[in-house]
Amino acid sequence: MRKNLNIILAYAIMMGLIILVGIFQSWNVALSIFNMCLISAVMTMGANVQWGYAGLINFGLMGYAALGGLAAVLISVDPVQEAWSAGGFNILMCLWLIIAIVFLIRFILKNFEKTKIRTYVIAGIIIAGIVIIRITSESGIEAIEAVNPATTGFLGGLGLPIVFSWIVGAFFAAGLAFIVGKVALGLRADYLAIATLLISEIVIAIIKHEDWLARGVKNVIGLDRPVPYEVNLQETEWFINLVAKFNSGKLELIFNIADKQAALNQLVIEGSSVFVKLCYSGLFLIVVIALLIVTQKALYSPWGRMMRAIRDNEEAANAMGKNVVKQHLLIFILGSAIVGIAGAMLVTQDGLFTPGSYRPMRYTFLIWVMVIVGGSGNNFGAILGGFAVWFLWIEAAPISLFLINLFTVNLPETHELKVHLTESVPYFRYLMMGMGLLLIMRYRPKGILPEKIEIK
Amino acid sequence: MDFLNAIILILNYIFVPALTYGSQLALGAIFVTLIYGILRFANFATGDMMAFGTMITILITWYFQSIGISLGVLPTALIAIPFAIIFMIVYMLFIDKFVFRYYRVSKSPPVQLAMVSIGVMFVTQAVVRIIIGPSDRRFFDGEKFIIKAGEFKEMTGLNEGLAIKSSQVLTVFITLVLVSILFWFLNKTKTGKSMRAYSDNEDLALLSGIDPKRVVMITWIIAGILATIGGALYGLDKSFKPFTYFNNMLPIFAAAIVGGIGNPFGAFLGGYVIAFSEIFITYAYKKFFMYILPKSMEPETLVQLLSTDYKFAVSFSILVIVLLYRPNGIFKGKVL
Repeated sequence: MRKNLNIILAYAIMMGLIILVGIFQSWNVALSIFNMCLISAVMTMGANVQWGYAGLINFGLMGYAALGGLAAVLISVDPVQEAWSAGGFNILMCLWLIIAIVFLIRFILKNFEKTKIRTYVIAGIIIAGIVIIRITSESGIEAIEAVNPATTGFLGGLGLPIVFSWIVGAFFAAGLAFIVGKVALGLRADYLAIATLLISEIVIAIIKHEDWLARGVKNVIGLDRPVPYEVNLQETEWFINLVAKFNSGKLELIFNIADKQAALNQLVIEGSSVFVKLCYSGLFLIVVIALLIVTQKALYSPWGRMMRAIRDNEEAANAMGKNVVKQHLLIFILGSAIVGIAGAMLVTQDGLFTPGSYRPMRYTFLIWVMVIVGGSGNNFGAILGGFAVWFLWIEAAPISLFLINLFTVNLPETHELKVHLTESVPYFRYLMMGMGLLLIMRYRPKGILPEKIEIK
Repeated sequence: MDFLNAIILILNYIFVPALTYGSQLALGAIFVTLIYGILRFANFATGDMMAFGTMITILITWYFQSIGISLGVLPTALIAIPFAIIFMIVYMLFIDKFVFRYYRVSKSPPVQLAMVSIGVMFVTQAVVRIIIGPSDRRFFDGEKFIIKAGEFKEMTGLNEGLAIKSSQVLTVFITLVLVSILFWFLNKTKTGKSMRAYSDNEDLALLSGIDPKRVVMITWIIAGILATIGGALYGLDKSFKPFTYFNNMLPIFAAAIVGGIGNPFGAFLGGYVIAFSEIFITYAYKKFFMYILPKSMEPETLVQLLSTDYKFAVSFSILVIVLLYRPNGIFKGKVL
């Protein structure tokens, strides 16, 4: 109990802050912050598995999150029959072609010795493959995109419940991580950072511009939900009764029947959106707690010990007979899969998939700030970082507005400086993030909750 | 005649824009490479530092314009740049003193310095957006074109026009002058040689009496000059938008690594490699083939290898390929 006091204290403060938001702003805002905190926590856990456990630097988090989101679309949207009949066959043929090319290259790599000729042949095959795929796919893609372009114009998905996409998103991200890991993991730390960042940009470019896949920048909106809709809730009997029961004290004070009914209606509308958010919170909490248990178990298992040994001294671990390359690849895949889950959860919560919104600032660097601030190598720290940084990210605007008003209290309302500062309030969050990161790195380099390894 | 038309077409749509873009990337890439070679970390704040320098240039340009100073046909920004450089150097040295120095002195691993540079990136980005706002700014004044497409057509009687903007000529000219001075400085002067020695082997350089503080300071000064001029030229040629500058960091990194990180000459060439390949691969060659092929063989499609949406993706793919086959870069990343 005593040794965990700082963890409990930190989490209590965090929850207290969110409850304060609930009391002073609204429970709706507090819960949406809480939900985003949970999603951020999943992402930071993924980054923490890679960076904290194994010391692998992955600046491509954005790409994996986007792939998770793509999975949500491909799983939950109903298939577009017209598009499938128009160009589905063509797309499938191209997929086969890609698979054939991959196997051909694998075959050449396995069976021929490394020479210049082999390299040129492989390069030739890839270029020829791209040209052939472009030519064959063109008519199919055009046909698909021409099917009712305002609402569909893509192949659609499988029409399954969206919760499945959390698992599929993990597999998508793991698949990409396998390829990236095979290609880039041999690189030195800062090269790896740059390479992963650029590869994630390529992934985003593909998702953005292949309209037949998920409508690209035209966005997919109105995804199915795993929780009830507010409108339906407002009409169900038991929910209205529940709200009435909850607020019975407040309602009893009103004697006029018409007023009472109006007040109840208002409460039901508010209550329904809070209820929906609570449902999401429940779902997300299950994921966070399950992942936390698994990652904690892994951290204290022999495998976790081996990962730390590899992180702290790669050569020594290698000399002890541990397969460093294989373990790096494994942990890179695992961490990325967790980020994929988070990406799918995010799209599930928003109910829409907007490839244009995936920017490295928000989905890579902010997550890294969370990991560093929270404490890398410590799962509780990473989760706390996700909570604290996201909370600050959202509440930065009100806080900075308050500070600006405080410091410019002597200036008249229309003073140029005051107007300018008030207009640029949204950007103070970057300032806070940067200062926070710099201060933490300087004065508490291991984060708020530093890594603590006990041998049990 | 058709053949000439085809060449002009390529010049107008590929060669001139790529040369300009390449020069802008090259300045940024040399900046990255210098920091990497001497201070030994990947500077993720590159794009935002360039945005900061450009912002100061713009503010000074506005001030000059308001008091009526101008260069006639040349853009006013040219006289603003030297003043902006001074501000920028002060800013760079300030950051170094309060942020980077601590980690350098305590010999932190490069990854930690890279993380710190992300903090600097956040702060710089915030400062730029708070001061000048996130929107698009154009600050080019003076004569816009050197040759207009229409005039060129009249002059030569060809079907294809060749337009050359004065910002393009300025960019290429200033880049060449700046880079030549830089190489002369690094190779011929004593200070430049001490920088190269420091980059090559820190301990040995210290033993032979090179003052590390001086080397670091001069590196930041050169970096400030490169960042301001590179950023201002990009802004003059296209327009200034903080978000674009942040994104430009990625092709700049690609250029630096393709050229062999730590090698300024490689970075210089790398900028052009990235720029030319981006534009070559995403250009639609239909019109070009219409000129050089006989009528019967004219292509029906656009003859485009990849659509322009994948412009960035091209340079990143090149980078990945280079990292795989020649991790030291095309021009062999030797130190400085």
